[in-house]
Amino acid sequence: MSKNVKVNVEYLTRVEGHGNIVVNVKNGKLEECRLDIVESPRFFEGMLRGRSIFEAQHITSRICGICACGHTLASIQAAEDAIGFQPTEQTIKLRKLLLHLENLDSHILHIYLLVAPDLLGVKSFVPLIHTHNDVVRRALRMKKACNDVCDILVGRHVHPISAIVGGFTKLPKEKELDAMLEILESIQVDMAPTIELGASLKFPEFQRETEYVGLVNDTDEYPLLQGDIGSTDGLRMDKHDYKKITNEFIVPHSSAKHTKASRDSYMVGALARVNLNFEKLHPKAKKVANAIGLKPITANPFLNTAAQLIECIHSLEDSIKILKEFKNEGIDYAQAITVGLNENGQIPVKAGKGVGAVEVPRGILFHEYEVDNKGKIINANCIIPTGQNLNNIEYDMKKLVPEVLDKKQDEITLLMEMLVRAYDPCISCSAHFLDVKYIDC
Amino acid sequence: MKKVKVAFFDFTCCEGCQLQVANMGETLLDVLDLIDVVEFREVMSEKSSTYDVAIVEGSITTHHAIERIKKIRKTAKVLIAFGSCAAIGGINGMKNNFDLTDIREYVYQKDAKHFDTIPTRAVHQVVPVDYFVPGCPVYIPEFVKVLKSALMGIAYNVPDNAVCVECKLNENECMYDKGIACMGPVTRAGCNSWCINNGNICYGCRGIVSNPAEKGQKDIMEKYNISLEWIENKINMYNKPRELGELKTNE
Repeated sequence: MSKNVKVNVEYLTRVEGHGNIVVNVKNGKLEECRLDIVESPRFFEGMLRGRSIFEAQHITSRICGICACGHTLASIQAAEDAIGFQPTEQTIKLRKLLLHLENLDSHILHIYLLVAPDLLGVKSFVPLIHTHNDVVRRALRMKKACNDVCDILVGRHVHPISAIVGGFTKLPKEKELDAMLEILESIQVDMAPTIELGASLKFPEFQRETEYVGLVNDTDEYPLLQGDIGSTDGLRMDKHDYKKITNEFIVPHSSAKHTKASRDSYMVGALARVNLNFEKLHPKAKKVANAIGLKPITANPFLNTAAQLIECIHSLEDSIKILKEFKNEGIDYAQAITVGLNENGQIPVKAGKGVGAVEVPRGILFHEYEVDNKGKIINANCIIPTGQNLNNIEYDMKKLVPEVLDKKQDEITLLMEMLVRAYDPCISCSAHFLDVKYIDC
Repeated sequence: MKKVKVAFFDFTCCEGCQLQVANMGETLLDVLDLIDVVEFREVMSEKSSTYDVAIVEGSITTHHAIERIKKIRKTAKVLIAFGSCAAIGGINGMKNNFDLTDIREYVYQKDAKHFDTIPTRAVHQVVPVDYFVPGCPVYIPEFVKVLKSALMGIAYNVPDNAVCVECKLNENECMYDKGIACMGPVTRAGCNSWCINNGNICYGCRGIVSNPAEKGQKDIMEKYNISLEWIENKINMYNKPRELGELKTNE
């Protein structure tokens, strides 16, 4: 076949942050295929040096607006691990609730506003206001509902206020537990048509099996906040060994691939989690997964969006369960902590290193801090899910392009965009990039 | 009535302020009745070469960004600096606490040279700005106020009194009385003392009041035994770029 294709998408839209797609086919031969990251570097890890470990959450939450709660939780976990602080059961449970809300909020944004327009053949949700008004209203209502629950729990979703090292500065009162439950039950009502919509969407056909990496555990809980690092290729390691898979080093301009575990690349995120821990999903989530034919191991990356839908159901149901338990058992308000504990010396600080490994909407997120005996940060490292996925996205692109060369250039471009969007990349999240390509911009 | 064309642009930031817009819920549809959003990369694929109002998120941290913001300024009749990064430089300004070569090498080692970076500046330190919406993230009621002002062509002034005023109205127990230092007394109000309402301190994300009543602050610092180092440390979190002047042409 002799065909030339040139795809050059500058500033890919409907993703978080700045990335370009470059595909070049000459005489039917794939010559170039890249996802370039062109986000301005922000140097978060460098900026953390010299700061108090108790400030790390406030600062690193600002790495990303969409997954601010995820960064908060990974940061707190790494900080507490570094200084040897053990949070209470109540605190851990509230953090699990916060993480569910984060995943629910982010997945709804991605499914409705970022992905659905492609599958409905429009450029954004704006034209849908006229053609699918009820759908847009439902999406915005669900998004706001998640946000409202976060407002009650931690002050706000974008850069949460009350979740800090040690616990929560404010604990929900009884009537606030009721209010959160009421809102979540309203989301349950909207979830039914969301599932219908999800089931009706036609995702592109494509298969490329890869290694799926995420948290694993030995209990029957779907692991999001705590666990070991595991993979569908049978890998299992303690979270402190995360560098064995993220292969944290930067090499000069080359096609050298950095993030790999057992194969050339691996995938993290909703699809990876569902592939790894399918049996631990809430029964309602599993039921829908079976109905739409999503089962382990699903090797079509476009179905990451479908996996997000499954996780929405899981997180919603588990959030309601957690809130009901709090209502029955009550909240111990004596556990509310005062900010500035470090200044008062209420939390003892020691020198050490700590790692946080948390499943945030786009996959497993790592924070690592090293502190001195006064609790000052000496070194910091943040490895985000999108950075780990970049390599896998490029392998997908390389397999997909030759399979769709009979399509028109526009269609190929759209497919490439859809593929990248399916991963829900969060580029501004990139505290730094793992797989670096140098382009002057 | 012809709808006003509005475009959203992002520079160095977390895009959380744009997300706050998506978090408005169905109210967003009422706003969209009044304006025509022609570009909003985070949630739309549509693009436009013309627009009346540019809503700019993020601070200016690269040479490329300087050129880009200048082009946007030329096209837009009205420019809104949206969020702390755009309005005061924000958290990205923490970078300015370090030697730029050193911080680049810390994060990217020998490849540091590939990552262009200049001292973090707020948007108004590079091009003229018509409206400011500080806050990390923006407080949506204030954003709606600013948007209304921009559409009506009237001025909006960011409150220049301290967060403490709002905090007192909210009947929060003063952090200082709990023995904890807080940036409330020197930080511009307008957020309804969001963080203190939720048990945290004010970090100064909305910028410093123009008249911080230095003598009064000294009294507070003495009374509560707060070090100058603490105050500087917190000011340097969001407000470091204020030390820089406007961008010089040869920078």
